[in-house]
Amino acid sequence: MATKVHMEALSPTMEEGQVVRWLKAEGDTVVNGDIIAEIETDKATMELTARGDGVLRKILIGEGGTAPVGEVIAVIAGADEDISEFGGVSAPPSTAAAPETAAPSPPTPAEAVHPSTPAPAEAAQGETPSGRIKASPLARRLAADKGLDLASVAGSGPGGRIVKRDIEVAAAIGPAGAAGAPEPLPAWGADVADYEDVPLTQMRKTIAKRLVESIGPVPHFFLTIDVDMGRAMEARQRINGLLEAEGRKISLNDLILRATAAALKKHPACNAHWGGDHVRRFNRVHIGVAVAVEDGLITPVVRDADLKGVARIGAEVRELAGRAKEKRLQPEEYTGATFSISNLGMFGIHEFTAVINPPEAGILAVGGIEETPVVVDGEVRVRPRMRVTMSCDHRVIDGATGAQFLATLKEMLEEPATILV
Amino acid sequence: MAVLTYRDALNEALAEEMARDESVFLMGEEVAEYDGAYKVSKGLLDQFGDQRVVDSPISELGFTGLGVGAAMVGLRPVIEFMTFNFSILALDQVVNSAAKMLHMSGGQINIPMVFRGPTGAALQLGAQHSQACEIWYAHAPGVKVVTPATPADAKGLLKAAIRDDDPVAVMEGELLYNFKGEVPDDDDFIVPLGVADLKREGSDVSIITHGKTVHVALQAAGMLEKEGVQAEVLDLRSVRPLDVEAILATVQKTNRAVYLEEGWPFGGVGAQVVSIIQEEAFDHLDAPVLRVTQADIPMPYNKKLEAVTKPSAKRVVEACQKVLYR
Amino acid sequence: MAETNTVEQEQALPADDFGGMTHQKLVELMRAMLLYRRFEEKAEEAYAIGKIGGFCHLHIGQEAAAAGSILPLHRDDYAISAYREHTQAIAKGIEPKAVMAELYGKATGCSGGMGGSMHMFDKSVGFMGGHGIVGAQTALALGMAWAIKYRGEEKVCICFIGDAAVNQGAFHESMNMAAVWNLPVVYVVENNDYGMGTKFSRVSTTDMSVKSASHGVPAHTVNGQDVVETYLFFEELFEKVRKGGGPQFVDLQCYRFKGHSMSDPVSGTYRSKAEVDEKVQKEDPIKLLKDRMFAAGALTQEELEAIDHEVREIVDEAEAFADGSPEPEASGLYQHVYSELNPDTRHFFDGREDM
Repeated sequence: MATKVHMEALSPTMEEGQVVRWLKAEGDTVVNGDIIAEIETDKATMELTARGDGVLRKILIGEGGTAPVGEVIAVIAGADEDISEFGGVSAPPSTAAAPETAAPSPPTPAEAVHPSTPAPAEAAQGETPSGRIKASPLARRLAADKGLDLASVAGSGPGGRIVKRDIEVAAAIGPAGAAGAPEPLPAWGADVADYEDVPLTQMRKTIAKRLVESIGPVPHFFLTIDVDMGRAMEARQRINGLLEAEGRKISLNDLILRATAAALKKHPACNAHWGGDHVRRFNRVHIGVAVAVEDGLITPVVRDADLKGVARIGAEVRELAGRAKEKRLQPEEYTGATFSISNLGMFGIHEFTAVINPPEAGILAVGGIEETPVVVDGEVRVRPRMRVTMSCDHRVIDGATGAQFLATLKEMLEEPATILV
Repeated sequence: MAVLTYRDALNEALAEEMARDESVFLMGEEVAEYDGAYKVSKGLLDQFGDQRVVDSPISELGFTGLGVGAAMVGLRPVIEFMTFNFSILALDQVVNSAAKMLHMSGGQINIPMVFRGPTGAALQLGAQHSQACEIWYAHAPGVKVVTPATPADAKGLLKAAIRDDDPVAVMEGELLYNFKGEVPDDDDFIVPLGVADLKREGSDVSIITHGKTVHVALQAAGMLEKEGVQAEVLDLRSVRPLDVEAILATVQKTNRAVYLEEGWPFGGVGAQVVSIIQEEAFDHLDAPVLRVTQADIPMPYNKKLEAVTKPSAKRVVEACQKVLYR
Repeated sequence: MAETNTVEQEQALPADDFGGMTHQKLVELMRAMLLYRRFEEKAEEAYAIGKIGGFCHLHIGQEAAAAGSILPLHRDDYAISAYREHTQAIAKGIEPKAVMAELYGKATGCSGGMGGSMHMFDKSVGFMGGHGIVGAQTALALGMAWAIKYRGEEKVCICFIGDAAVNQGAFHESMNMAAVWNLPVVYVVENNDYGMGTKFSRVSTTDMSVKSASHGVPAHTVNGQDVVETYLFFEELFEKVRKGGGPQFVDLQCYRFKGHSMSDPVSGTYRSKAEVDEKVQKEDPIKLLKDRMFAAGALTQEELEAIDHEVREIVDEAEAFADGSPEPEASGLYQHVYSELNPDTRHFFDGREDM
């Protein structure tokens, strides 16, 4: 039985790939799992593995050639098997190839396509196609000591080598943050669906159509709210006091992220994607965090942010951001957000608007905290104030919906204890 | 504690040991009337006379063999090489005679002698005068090799070497002779052979080295500190015997190591240390152990090219960053 | 030297006075040479049946050189040599059984089985080793002579080299320094005219007798096949050196009856069988002394046979001793690489823990 070698989707956004190098020649024996070619995707050079045993009988796309995802680029078959049907003619992409075109990702949420995210320079991965996990000796020992499965840890070292810091992060935040494979969280039973598709009403269809005509493919509108951050700052200080002994600490951004997640949980209408013919409301909250990198930005995702402690969120964000800057994020680590946050406060930005990352329906633009005179109980007081602007996709979120969400967020930040409610 | 130059520390060691034991004598080119090519033996001729401080002809093989022969019958020769580069002429006597005598005589004849002089490159001396010879000696079982980096270590190690019952090469650094440091006043101050010294404590990465490059390592550690990296600098002091426990301890502490040496990489001291680390501290390694050595070429004369050829603090910093995955 | 002489009386010999040598001395020399000859023959036999391994250089034909130059030494004088040194070791006082056991690689060998044919040592009798690098021992002898002078002792150091060694740098460096410091060292070239398979005249344009000239070291040429001449010469020379006479260079002319080593041919491309046969016929040092003593009435066939019987017994005992001795233990392999092991540091890097 011949095995077709397809141009596989080796990145979430890849539409076609270029054969950089064939690592096997025609006539070479190939075993399932062998790396047979290097493919340049839109983001990086990836390895293509064989999905069948036999002999590499025919290469249909030579080195330097390109093929759309799904196209048959080579044939693996028995040495004597008749492969005349492939006689140099490219087979059309077939639906049968579809399951193989998915990125080789562990259980990422099913919605995971994120067209506008920037690419990591190299998709590092601890596990090589042959199944051997590259890890430093120390990382192996630490993982064994901590009972961590190396397969669930993403490597940040050269060639995806799992090193000590990867184990430390994985141990601190659990394997979810490190590998992009969410650990089973207790709040979620298997019977709870990740999301719910809501059919569009006729009115919503019309709103969508009209607004797109009016403002572009994603009809934005913006809501701004001022938040008094005094309590949040106190809370952060207290939390850091508690964490000091462990050598950990959190930032205000971690707190904002956690509060946003909690607020989204209360306002599922804002935790949604535009699906063209439906709106997808998520039952889980995955928050994308915009991280500036050398030549752009990328949005690593903190999954189930509403269920994680703020310290864990902090550790996860820093770990993801660190690897994002090194362009070593796995595709599943920067896709699948249900909502995003962009914080430019550290650059002295007081207020700004962020552009929505489709198909998400909302993004929060967080400004810096500034000492601001405000009237409190009839008196002018100087308070640490922060301005938050939410960009909303009007096809999904209406003004009042967004406003209610922001009010909840403000309430939570001004009285952090309510996050827990 | 007196502050002495490295040169004077060596001089004191020689004078004290010669005064302590009449069987100790110093022989080499220009050691007596000229006070030594690098003045390490200054004043010793006057103090001990020409039977104990002896100018030799330029006959490295011959006078090294003389030292071995004298040691065979119980004297304690200190044979000075004007530089260890010249000792390559004498390697037959070092490797075939000194190193093997005790073993091939079935334990009858030990060789209590010292070979000493500068090793490694100084400045613009060209290819034949700029070699680090540690591994040539350390390669042979039966020989001991020490490489002091500071005045205190110079004095303590040379005294220990003279008192040792085996052949010991004390490899000094030409560029270190004027280096000043505190030296204990005690006449019996010795630095035991085979004991490393932590020259700087750190938690993030271990720079392991010996000899002159200890100072390069310390410079690199200073540069790394500005980047928030705390580098540990382990000075082996003895290349053979080797303080393996200290090597393993620092690797177990920082999980990453860079070996720095003046010599060439192929089969160098660093190669040996790396081998030990991977054999005995494998599970503690978070990164491959890297080496920073002289470029694998003969030393060029040109000043800029010489600087490029030598191992530098910058290269050490880069190696440290690499093993830190930064 | 072990054992007593079979001939008790001393008597002057009017016809041939053997340079004034006593009869007892003559018999002692005969006995010594016979012992060396039988010892080497036994070694040859043992090598042939695999009891002795490695390189094995026999001294057969050069017995007079060993007896005549070493027997005049005192016990505390030093002798050092190259690798054709079995009989020299015996001459300096190592028991034949300890030399044979060393050839057998046994723990009871004079070097504990660690040295072998080329590395016989016994510090207690001043035999400071056979050395395997041609000419290297000249510098070691220099050092021992240096130590003698340094300590103000009245000793001498004799250093044997082969004729090929005079072309080594170490020889000339040593000769020069010995002269510069007037050291009590006697360099003896056992000149058998062949460095392995190379005739001396092929590798030197000057005669052996001038090799020390440029260093100002007095040179002497001695017939090393004549044990009487050799003995008398060295007896006198050593006394001169002991009294500050300075270094000496002796061209001790002799001839090797066997191949360079047990793995080399006696004759062939480098020397003819006829040459060797003629030397064996005419210049066998034992035969020369025997004929001379017989002629002078100083020795009878019966007496000679008695001596030969006695030395054969010594050699047989040596062989039995060597054969019956234990092998050295592998546990002792690391014992004598360094004088002392500091347990807090590492001396060996082979990773072996099984020894």
